[in-house]
Amino acid sequence: MSAERFFLIGATHHRVPLEVREKLSLTSDAAFALQAELTAMSGLREYAVLSTCNRVEFYGVAETSDAAARVTAAFCARQKFDLTEFARISLNLRGREAIQHLLEVAAGLDSQIVGENEIFGQVKDAYAAAQARGSTGPVLNRVFQKGFQAAKHVRTNTGITEGQVSVANVAVELAVNIFGAIKDTRILLVGAGEIGEKTAKAFQSRGAAALTVASRRLERAMELASSLGASAMPFEQFESRLNEYDVVVCATSAPGVVVTHAATKMAMHKRPARPLFFIDQALPRDVEPAVAKIDNVFLYNLDDLAKIADENRAAREAELVKCRSIIAEKAEALWRQVAAQVAALGNSTGEEPALQRKETV
Amino acid sequence: MLAEFNDRTWLWVAAGFYAAGFLLGTFALLKQGRPSGFATYVLIAIGYAIHLVGLSLRGQAVGGCPLGNQFEIFQFTAWSAITLYLVIGVTFRNSLLGYFTACLATAMTLVSLAIPSWDATQRARIFGSNPWIELHAALAVFSYGVFGLLALTSIMFLLRNHSLKAKHLGGVFSFLPSILDLDQIGVRLLGAGVVILGISLGVGSVYWLRDVSTVNVTKLIVTISVWLAYAIALGLRLNGVLLAKRFSWSCLGLYAAALLSLWPVDASRHSGPITAQANSPAARQP
Repeated sequence: MSAERFFLIGATHHRVPLEVREKLSLTSDAAFALQAELTAMSGLREYAVLSTCNRVEFYGVAETSDAAARVTAAFCARQKFDLTEFARISLNLRGREAIQHLLEVAAGLDSQIVGENEIFGQVKDAYAAAQARGSTGPVLNRVFQKGFQAAKHVRTNTGITEGQVSVANVAVELAVNIFGAIKDTRILLVGAGEIGEKTAKAFQSRGAAALTVASRRLERAMELASSLGASAMPFEQFESRLNEYDVVVCATSAPGVVVTHAATKMAMHKRPARPLFFIDQALPRDVEPAVAKIDNVFLYNLDDLAKIADENRAAREAELVKCRSIIAEKAEALWRQVAAQVAALGNSTGEEPALQRKETV
Repeated sequence: MLAEFNDRTWLWVAAGFYAAGFLLGTFALLKQGRPSGFATYVLIAIGYAIHLVGLSLRGQAVGGCPLGNQFEIFQFTAWSAITLYLVIGVTFRNSLLGYFTACLATAMTLVSLAIPSWDATQRARIFGSNPWIELHAALAVFSYGVFGLLALTSIMFLLRNHSLKAKHLGGVFSFLPSILDLDQIGVRLLGAGVVILGISLGVGSVYWLRDVSTVNVTKLIVTISVWLAYAIALGLRLNGVLLAKRFSWSCLGLYAAALLSLWPVDASRHSGPITAQANSPAARQP
């Protein structure tokens, strides 16, 4: 019976499409009101809410086995969502399985992009918020804290987080393989389109030393440069100034070659010992393929980047079995630790307050 | 029991630790697709400490730095390379440098232990009572250790360059340092090696100038050629002429040549006049 009293109910991207997740998404006002309701709910001893764009999940510890149903009803009523429909699409786990799910979520195994880092911080934030509200107790504290350790163990000791899986981040990772520290690299963005902008932003987010935008339309280059905190350059100058940059992101809509073999050779004469990295994201391609044959010059096009992203994704997914096996063992051990505590709740008199109520903003 | 170990036994044990580091690294690469990292570093460090004990015992036995035969030169060179790895390896902690260093140390120590003829003649007090000539020899062999590590970083550079050009970035390639880091550490090692060997030649030349008749001409020519070749490589690299792949291949080729040059040097010492101390019967161990 103790397993019934530790529950998880929720909806995730696996079974719920985006348009339905939108309806289930908790706004901050709705979350505040719902939390107040749950805090006052009789028989619910501890709870935490994890709400991200891909999931909304309630972890709870209850004195009675019907608490999960009452939490579900309160949530659906708040979101004006059909209870029967929610029962059809939702996750409803108990005991060890609920703990295992939490561990898998924290480790990034359940994410849309397997192994992504953001979810770990989101779970930590959800736990911190629950602690601040006073809605956690000995069971959830132990489960979350041990869960974070288990997630860290999996992320450190398996390949689940290795390799970038977005094209822009793959480009940055390649630059790391070439230059080591991105903070010393100078980036030139040729073309002011959306794809190139995303890649340039990825470099900036990793601390690139400087970014320059060159576009046939100088006013567009200046506009983009201004929004990115970069500088602009007339398109006619970029070829003669190639040697000043370490990474050249080409994403123009030009019908032919924009960067020639001869221009690259000349640039390398001026910077012989420092590599030059071309990321050609244009279609048709901007960089003459023969450029790749020059020593210390590295050229990657759209297909190359996409292939690496796909390989990394596949490699992460191949690690899933190993990760799940580790998580299953840790979840089992953790459930053994808390099962007695959870079982003891059923024997309580019910006279003590359900939650250590500490209303917060 | 440990007190009964002689120098070669200690050196065998050290080689065993290096081999364990190499095998562990190979296992980790094949089974887990990643270097064993810290475990390899620890095994190398333990091997290094034991190696030092073995070399110290040999040093006490021969009354100076143990550089009297091919076995000792190989052992000292391997020890020098590992000294440097333990210093710079911290920077590359999670990379393949430890694995390659374990591989080099295993090869050099085991090969030299396995060929008895390399250690058949143990020369005592080959440097007499002159500490300068001992310093000269020790620095010269230490520079070979530096060049050994340079050869390893060159291999890593070539692998990294290949992986980036061929667009194979997964698996073991993901544990290689960046191409720019490898290039920079290569230049620094080359510079350090040229300076150390240069100082060694400088110290030696002072001694030779006092008594030209004691100079082993073969050794002199070979050592100066090795230093000159590395110095030219450094000059070309700094002037932007010898770069990237060609620089790495040159460093590998030069190291192979430097190691091969030990044979004529050793052979000439057996046949030609070296120093009174080295040739005197009293100086030879039974």
